Parts: sequence; C-alpha cells; structure tokens
Amino acid sequence: MTTATTAVRTGKVTQTRVLNSEWIKLRTLRSTFWTLFGAVVATIGLGMLFSWGFASRLSDHSHPIGDAATMAVTVPLRPYVIAQLAVGVLGVMVITGEYSTGMIRATLSAVPGRLPVLWAKAAVFSVVVLVLMEIVSFLTFFGGEAILSSQHVQATLSSPQALRIVTGVGLYLTVVGLLGTALGTIIRSTAGAIAALFGILLVLPVLGEVLNLTSWGKHITPYLPSNAGGDLLTNAPDPGSLGPWTGFGVFVLYTAIAMAVAAYLLKRRDA
Amino acid sequence: MIEARGLTKRYGDKTAVHDLSFTVRPGVVTGFLGPNGAGKSTTMRMILGLDRPSSGSVTVNGRPYAGHPAPLHEVGALLEAKAIHTGRTAYNHLLALAATTGIPRGRVDEVIDLVGLRDVARKRAGGFSLGMGQRLGIASALLGDPKTLILDEPVNGLDPEGILWIRNLLKDLAAEGRAIFVSSHLMSEMALTAEHLIVIGRGRLIADTSVTEFIERASTGRVKVRSPQASRLRELLAGPDVTVANTEEGTLVVSGLTSDQIGQIASDNGVTLFELAPQQASLEEAFMELTGDSVEYRAPALSAERRAA
Repeated sequence: MTTATTAVRTGKVTQTRVLNSEWIKLRTLRSTFWTLFGAVVATIGLGMLFSWGFASRLSDHSHPIGDAATMAVTVPLRPYVIAQLAVGVLGVMVITGEYSTGMIRATLSAVPGRLPVLWAKAAVFSVVVLVLMEIVSFLTFFGGEAILSSQHVQATLSSPQALRIVTGVGLYLTVVGLLGTALGTIIRSTAGAIAALFGILLVLPVLGEVLNLTSWGKHITPYLPSNAGGDLLTNAPDPGSLGPWTGFGVFVLYTAIAMAVAAYLLKRRDA
Repeated sequence: MIEARGLTKRYGDKTAVHDLSFTVRPGVVTGFLGPNGAGKSTTMRMILGLDRPSSGSVTVNGRPYAGHPAPLHEVGALLEAKAIHTGRTAYNHLLALAATTGIPRGRVDEVIDLVGLRDVARKRAGGFSLGMGQRLGIASALLGDPKTLILDEPVNGLDPEGILWIRNLLKDLAAEGRAIFVSSHLMSEMALTAEHLIVIGRGRLIADTSVTEFIERASTGRVKVRSPQASRLRELLAGPDVTVANTEEGTLVVSGLTSDQIGQIASDNGVTLFELAPQQASLEEAFMELTGDSVEYRAPALSAERRAA
C-alpha cells in the first residue's frame, strides 16, 4: 500500500534539479506575483506620471530648463527608486519566507549540501527579475519619451548614455534583489532583513549627504552602496562619483561579499 | 537503520542532549519517549543534519545524513513544527520537494492519495487544520519511498480517526521492513504503536528496552482480591513475607503472593472469590516514575509542593 508503485528511485540531488525546485517554489507563491506586479505598475505608472509632469513643466516657456535634453533620458526611469522597494522585498522573502514558515527545514533536509539551494534561489530570482525589469524599463523609456515628444525634447536609445541607463535599470534592480536575498539568509527574518536592506539603500545616502560636508567624508560617500550602484543610472553624476560601470562594479562587489557571508552562515549554522 | 554514538548537543552552557547512544532497527516501530524538553526534537534534527552535534555522531543507513546523494530516498521526516510554506498548495509543496531529487509527478499524486488529501491538494497549506498539516508532512516524508522514517510527535493535533490511521500506517511501514523512529511524550500512545522504546529525560538515555519489558518493569507485584469472606481470607493468606491491606469493605490488596497462589489458597479453603486481579502500575505512572527527576519544565506550585514533601 505504502510502497511506491511509480518508479521512484531515479537518482540524486543535482544543482539542475535544485534549480527546477526553486523555480517551482518561486512561481507557486502569490506573493511573487504581487510584488513583481507592484514593481511593474510602479515603474510604468510613475514613469508616465513623471514624464507628463516634466512635459508640463517644459511647456512653461517663461522658465526654460537648461539641461532638459539630459533630464529627458532619466526622468521616465526615475521610479526605479520605488520599484527597488518591491524587488528588494521579494529578494528578501525568497529566503525569509522559508524561515518564517519552517519550510527551510524541509528544503535543507532534501538538499543537505545547502549551498545549491542558495545558488538556485539567486539564479532563478535573477533571471526572472532581470528579464521582466529589462522589458519594463524599455517600455517605460519609450512610453515616457513619447509623452516628452510633445515638447520636442524626447531622447532615443541613441541619445548619449541612454542605452546604458535603460538596460542599467534591470541590472541594478536585480542586484538590489540579490542583496536582499543575501541579507535575508544572514538575518533569517523578513522584518529584520527588509530593515537592513532599506537602511543600506535609503538611509545611508542621507548619511552620505552629511559626510559630504566634511573634507574626508567626501571620499567615502561615492562608495556607499546605493550611490555606487546609482552611478549606472545617471547621466548627470555628482562630482567625485566613481563612473557608471566602476560604481556599479563596487555595488556588485558589496552584494557578492554579502552573498559569500550568507553562504558561509547557511552552511555552518543550525537550521 | 539509525545509529547514534555518543550524540551530544550543547547550546552555550546548557546541554540539550548528553552522550546519547542507541540503534533504531529496521522492521520495527521504535518509540522515542521523553517529557517535553527532554531533547527528542534536537536529537531528530541532528539525525537529519539540520543541527550539528557538539560531539558524537549519528548515521542513517550506514552514512551520515548529508553523505547520501539522495537523502529523500533514504530518510523521510516529519518534524514537530510544520515545515511547509503557508502560501503554497499541498500539491506544489510536494512537487518542489520532489523536484530536488528528480522524483516524478506520478509519485506526488500517489502520496497525496495515500494520506487522503486529494480533495484539498490544490488548496494553500496555510488554511490547513493541524491534522491536514500532519498528513501533508507524512506525504512529504513518504515521497522518496525511504527505508527509514523519522516522525516527531505525529499524532499531535489529530482526531481519534487520524490517530488510528497513523498507528496502522506506522505498523504497515514497519512490516514492510522499514525502520520507523517515532517520538511522543504520550506513553499510552507509544504502548499501542511501538515495539521498542528509547526513553530519554533531560537529554540522557533512561531506558532502551522492548515495550513488553517496560510494562513488566512497571508491574507492582500487588494483587487485588474481592471476596464476601474477606476477613477469613485475610487470615488464611497471612505469612512472613505477605502484606495484606484492606482498602474497602470486602476488598484486599495483597503483596508477596501471586494471583495463582491466592486462588489456590481460596479454593483449598472453600472461600468464594468475586475478583482476583494482578495490579499493574499504569504505563503513565511507570513513565513518570522513570522520568520523574528529569522533567525540564514543571509548574512552580507543584515543585514547591515536592520540595515540602
């Protein structure tokens, strides 16, 4: 009665199988759908709103804006700042959702090597968020520029730095999410990891503004995670900033270090 | 087959499990018994490689758990707290677990039918009752058709029908030659399900014995006799090593003689007996006597009373 009639003994745990398992896990939770839906709606909706507001401002010819052509590239994409909240929360919950429900014990019993689980979560999450948010970023860019064309300041992908910034949105958001996954693995609590992630992304830059007032602090500010990562998404960099790819590289490096700490702790700690 | 050797787990200066050695053999249900906080769950988590022992070792089917290339085929586990994401359906939960080891979809359907969750398989596990959650946990444990099963308090929260179902399931699984290791803090439940018992208290091994032996050890050697001629019988039974207590009108509690001897004496002397019953301490009593000093948490009023006594 209890013995399997289906041929069950088919093999062993492999990284590919764990990837498949994590893909099933990600797509079978409603929270995945809703957080990504939030990110999409915020990016496109607010992108259109910002573009419309910018176009209205430009139509006031009594106060012309000098660098309108530069701003036209980034204004539709500014809502990435909001989208990173949703993507970051999803990145955290990919792992803390398992800790809060106890699922992690089932997961780690099935895959006692543990690290394949972390790699699979990171990979599945990255592919989903990268593909989705790149599409959303391009849509938002084209939609926003269409609105700005009423004022004849619209940018195109061949405008200076435009292609880098449009593709950069998806890249940046993916790394934000991965940082969330790493922090979630380290902290093992949804609330704690979200607080840490947004502390790093939103509170540290404010601290950076204070640092900028000191002579030595100026040299630290560009290295703060969100400042470094944000370099990829601007065509009007702050003086002393690291440059788009160097800055983004530093942001990726921080995330890689966090992920390495997460892997070490996941492997070592009692589950 | 589970073999623990000198298994020890310390959290800071608190020792949860101390130098535990035991063997869980295939083909029988082995009960793992101890008061709450005795270290049962910690021991089970160490078997599954979830917690790292401070010292000692434990192997499952001859290897440390993490050393198996496909642990789901070796050991199925139902852990005490639910290990299920509340937002996922029962079916998808099992599908995700099965995927890690390449277990086919057909087996997922099979275990769902086996535990009787067909009707709710597409519903999210967050809305499951305790009993349905336990059934889903057992379905996860059986996914890989494992040779060894570990179940932590499986009857917790089940209704009588569910308890009976688990009891028979465990016996069937053992009869198929699997090693079944099942924990409980309920002695009476273990007496009905298990053949062998491992009893721990405060993380230490108290007994490693068959259930029959455990019950024998618990018997008191007293015999209850009811007779209309109780006072006459009392005189007849009197002897150097015999004590007779007269608890109520017409009832004697005798120690120092077996029920056979008492029956013979009564018959030889023409004394009528209404009742002749050897007295066993209840299993609960035996268990409490055995683990009395090792209960981790006790209501303060009770312990104050004990100190006074």
